[in-house]
Amino acid sequence: MRAPIRAAALVAATALVAACSPTNQPSPEPYVPPRGVAETEIRLGTHQPLTGPASSYSRVALAMKAYFDHVNAHGGVHGRQIVLLIKDDGYNPATTQTVVRELVEQDEVFAIVGGLGTPTHSAVLDYLKEEQVPDLFVASGAGSWNQPARYPGTFGFQTDYTTEGKIVGHYLAEESAGETVCAFHQDDDFGREFVAGVEAGLGTPVALRQSYITSNTNVAPQVQAMQSAGCTVVVLATLPSFTAQVLRTADQLSFRPQFIASTAGSDYATVGAILGVDKALLEGLISTGYLPIATHPDDPWIALFQRILDEYGDGGEVDNNVVVGMSIAYLTVQVLQRAGREITVDGLITAIEEGEFRGPGLVPFAFSPTSHAGYSGGRMSKVTNGEQNYFGPAYVTDAGSAPVTEYTEPAAVPPPDGIPTP
Amino acid sequence: MRAFGQPTSPGARGAALGLVVLAAGVVATYALPGRLFAIGQVVAWLVAAAGLTILVGQSGQLSLGQAGFMATGAYAAALTQNALYAAGFTVSPPSGASGRFGASAAPTAAPWTLPVALLAGAAVAAAVGALLGLAAVRMRGAYLAGATLAFGLIVTPVTAVVDGLGGEQGLRVHVPRAPDPLGTAVGEGRVRVWVALVAAALVLAVLVAAVRGRWGRTLRAARDDEAAAALVGIPVARVRLAAFVVSAATAGLGGGLYVYLTGTVLPGYFGLTTSLFLLVAVVIGGAGRLVGVIGGTLFVVAVPIVTTEVMAAVNASPALQARLAGNAPLALLGLCLVLVTLARPGGRLAWLRRQVGVRRGARVGSPGVHGPGRDGTGGKPPTRHVPE
Amino acid sequence: MTRFLFLTIDGLAMGAVYATFALSLVLIWRAARIVNFAQAAISVAAVDVAWVVGSRVGGWWLGLLLAPLVGALLGVLMQRFTMRRLGPERHLDAIIVAIGVAMVVQAGLGMVFGLQYRPLPAPVSQTVLTVGGVPTLSPYKLVVLGAAALLGVGLALLFSRTALGLRLRASALAPEVARLLGVEVDRMTTLAWGLAAGVGAFAALLVLPTGPGLHPTAMDGVFITAFTAAVLGGLDSPVGAVVGGFAVGLVLNYVTGYTDEPNLAPIALLGLLLAVLLVRPNGVFAGPTIRRA
Repeated sequence: MRAPIRAAALVAATALVAACSPTNQPSPEPYVPPRGVAETEIRLGTHQPLTGPASSYSRVALAMKAYFDHVNAHGGVHGRQIVLLIKDDGYNPATTQTVVRELVEQDEVFAIVGGLGTPTHSAVLDYLKEEQVPDLFVASGAGSWNQPARYPGTFGFQTDYTTEGKIVGHYLAEESAGETVCAFHQDDDFGREFVAGVEAGLGTPVALRQSYITSNTNVAPQVQAMQSAGCTVVVLATLPSFTAQVLRTADQLSFRPQFIASTAGSDYATVGAILGVDKALLEGLISTGYLPIATHPDDPWIALFQRILDEYGDGGEVDNNVVVGMSIAYLTVQVLQRAGREITVDGLITAIEEGEFRGPGLVPFAFSPTSHAGYSGGRMSKVTNGEQNYFGPAYVTDAGSAPVTEYTEPAAVPPPDGIPTP
Repeated sequence: MRAFGQPTSPGARGAALGLVVLAAGVVATYALPGRLFAIGQVVAWLVAAAGLTILVGQSGQLSLGQAGFMATGAYAAALTQNALYAAGFTVSPPSGASGRFGASAAPTAAPWTLPVALLAGAAVAAAVGALLGLAAVRMRGAYLAGATLAFGLIVTPVTAVVDGLGGEQGLRVHVPRAPDPLGTAVGEGRVRVWVALVAAALVLAVLVAAVRGRWGRTLRAARDDEAAAALVGIPVARVRLAAFVVSAATAGLGGGLYVYLTGTVLPGYFGLTTSLFLLVAVVIGGAGRLVGVIGGTLFVVAVPIVTTEVMAAVNASPALQARLAGNAPLALLGLCLVLVTLARPGGRLAWLRRQVGVRRGARVGSPGVHGPGRDGTGGKPPTRHVPE
Repeated sequence: MTRFLFLTIDGLAMGAVYATFALSLVLIWRAARIVNFAQAAISVAAVDVAWVVGSRVGGWWLGLLLAPLVGALLGVLMQRFTMRRLGPERHLDAIIVAIGVAMVVQAGLGMVFGLQYRPLPAPVSQTVLTVGGVPTLSPYKLVVLGAAALLGVGLALLFSRTALGLRLRASALAPEVARLLGVEVDRMTTLAWGLAAGVGAFAALLVLPTGPGLHPTAMDGVFITAFTAAVLGGLDSPVGAVVGGFAVGLVLNYVTGYTDEPNLAPIALLGLLLAVLLVRPNGVFAGPTIRRA
């Protein structure tokens, strides 16, 4: 059969010539889709605490999937349907090891998106790097996701705890001179990073630090210590259930400082649901945030999310978990769009590092070749007359020594069909 | 050809079991290439469970804190490994990283640092086991269970309080990557599982030999009747302590293997859930049975995976899926535990073994031929010899 | 001084809850020589069911009546369908079965009620009353203490003064002899399980209004601490369970309150447990040890 041999020789010759030719004349290589990318679909994976102690975050996964379903119904991205595989790790890092490996090795996903939890995701950072799997938009505020030299494929999403703490500290330095500022925090990296940020923004250490561990819900000793010390402002780095505990306990001890809570524990809907009849204790609570507040149905983004949830979700109300989940999904669609039809791992990373993605966030992302941190700041919020609203300007800073500066660009409006325009 | 009626030596039996496990494991890494990590987890947990089954079944001491010793060994191995790496005992990395990821390829630890780290892990766990054991040998039954439970619960607090252990985010561990000819031919993941298999084979071989020999008889004598054992001259407290230390050492080795498999160490790997799952593995396989604990460990690792996949195949609406499918694997696992334990007296594998034992006895002849030593380890349902 | 008083009083109030739950564990231990690992899950399930009714009519006070009844029913069901099939010697298997039951119950609660915390309000105020400048207890914590005390007295009377109590004790300590004397040992064992589960549910109803609320895992922490307390006091001794519960409540508060490092509390508990068991291997209030073949 001479024709195939001749064709083969031609191909071989072309390849030889291409290999030897100088690189200022790049010959177009045929596009080889990476693992997880096919003609009509792109597979993404995520690990989420659907059961176990962190199961109150379980709606994040549902929201991500609902948003991707919405995009798929409108043709997907570059003609590909987005398939999201959700695996439960029960907030147990050993299980995260197992399910993430299943996602990569058996389900052959292209990237991991929105992996949730600090201890859980820490377990798989190195594995994802070794397997060269893009690790996008980790749903945790730890600073570990911003290490571009060490983990080139990992990107954060949330404003990290230190950055957020700096903004709170800055606010306190400006507004609360003369107050005795104390801190009540979870006794782990979340708590410590947040309080470190507060002290950096404030310029001085806090007057008293008290902490808690999640296995003991009785926080009366700590609250009474703060009361005795005369704290007038208490900064909280707490999970929602412990925000509720400290508010209740303080009220029971007739201790009424100004509470300022990290966004991780201050979602009005979530904490309000836990407090039940004691919901009024949230009055006056100050916090920060960088996404639209879930209890504002008139916000165009919340309205969009509610429509999508009604059609593709569980028909419930939009809460903070839904806002986070859909925002992560929105950003994912944006980066997939920018990476192009002939998407590659390296190409995706470069696309993200170009930054400038506008969406529901109130502040910009810090993505660049030297930073893989997500949102770079936030805005202060306060609960007044049972409503949580933002006040003042948005601020941006970083986890390092950059100052806290105002960010004055107006928030973006969602596109009419809810799908980002490339 | 062996003389009629002469039992095989404990050492030979141990070696045989070790080789079988090694061979079966290697085959599994090729037969189930998508499940390499699960196989590795089975092997690492098997090492810890093997020691626990000896402690619980042969020595009659119930421990609910085996994961605490796994953590001790894991952190000791991790710190040793990192210290050796920092001291410069490295070699150039094998090829593999490309593109954006290639820029971060750093030297890898020298291969000999791995056994050193693993041994350090086992040794430190054994030392802690000896310390705790000094107190524990005086305790019985549920009191020992309570003390070991409390021990297992301090893992996360200790990592939070002591500097340098990385807290809840744990530590990244510079474990050696497989050297090039082996790594590229076989695959890094597979090499790690094989290393774990070799360790497990050795541990099983040694334990089988010891249990079927004099040490095992001493353990069982001290377990069954302390007063009689003391009268015969057996130092009961020391025997119990030895079993405790051995169990802790194997747990430490298992923990170190898990660190090697993942390249990380986190307190979350070694919580109460892990201790309880190890105990489940022990009981399902029949407490004291080293062959059984292999099946038991396979069971506790495989059932969650299977139940999750069964539920994933059931296509439900998103709302239903979130609540139902999210919790269903847990319910199915619990149901499996209850049914398997209720259905077979003495554990699933002990029942099977009794069937085999009956047939073998009938073939060879009267029981007296085999002598007391052999019969002491077979046949009887292990749960008769219950820790108090 | 104020701080010490506060930590002590608050610690005793929490201790009352641990004591009550520890009592439920001791009850089953004496009856069946088993530590019931499903106790936490069953307690929450009982309160969940009781609250479905109580949140609509009757409130917490009705729950106080309903939860122990539902708990007792669940305990009886568990014993009848699982534990009874195991027979008296299979203690290890019983632990595994209890773990399995706990998983099934917790998963079931997650499916039925969801995985968010649901508030369980207290029936009276939880504002702490200050006496002479020292913060003491809230009215609700007084209710907790009172209810736990009444329960303790009631159980003590039941076991020491009533014929039923005698039969229960006989079935636990000497089942063969009791059978010979006409005691229906099986029925007594079932009753003991029901009683223990009811007490556990009672303790859960007392403690859950002081926490974030109802959740399938809400009693896990209490179970572990109460188990430690029961072991400390001696699993055969109801008095030991009570003393152990109060001791543990105090230790947790003192360590958390004076070291500002709450992670030291579990470590301190281990230290206390080891120290006690070194000297008294069967707990502080150990009776004469009866060894079974």
